Amino acid sequence: MAMKSTTAERARPATEPGTLVLLCVAAWAIPGAGHFWLGRVQKGIVFLVALTMLFVMGLVLQGRLFPFDLSEPLVALAAFANAGLGLPWIAGRALGLGSGVVTAVTYEYGNCFLIVAGLLNFLVMLDAFDIAVGRK
Amino acid sequence: MSSHLVLLILFSLPVSAVFAALARDEPREQLRTGALMFAGFVGAAVALGWLMLPFPL
Repeated sequence: MAMKSTTAERARPATEPGTLVLLCVAAWAIPGAGHFWLGRVQKGIVFLVALTMLFVMGLVLQGRLFPFDLSEPLVALAAFANAGLGLPWIAGRALGLGSGVVTAVTYEYGNCFLIVAGLLNFLVMLDAFDIAVGRK
Repeated sequence: MSSHLVLLILFSLPVSAVFAALARDEPREQLRTGALMFAGFVGAAVALGWLMLPFPL
């Protein structure tokens, strides 16, 4: 099955504000979901696999899912970056994963993986938005 | 899992893939861009590592 498709063949995205909001929420919640929605299946698969892999590796490396602690600005910023991954982040928090082991050799590596995964998903979400409004 | 190089490779693979998919539309171009970016990540890390070798910790 060919996944590549021309712009003309792709489903025309709806540009109503409500649909755009839903698209962005879906793209935030599940990495690649926005691209799946817009018919960019191949890109959606890349984002889903790569970002989920980054997130899981971050947890395996004893990284921390930071809390929103506004008294510590850097912690709050890290929490905002973590939250970029949507449902995996919510599931991780709900299951008590990502408590972080400060003494682990890989702690900072794990934090880096988790933070970058979230920030990249924000970029992916913006890309889906740009496609939906016809900028790409 | 504590080797810096292995972790660098594990990090740069998905990051290169995401950036390549964001920047290019055609799968062949994505593959090329992703491979270049991955080589850049690893190559730059190795080169900087060698450059920093003479410096004390």
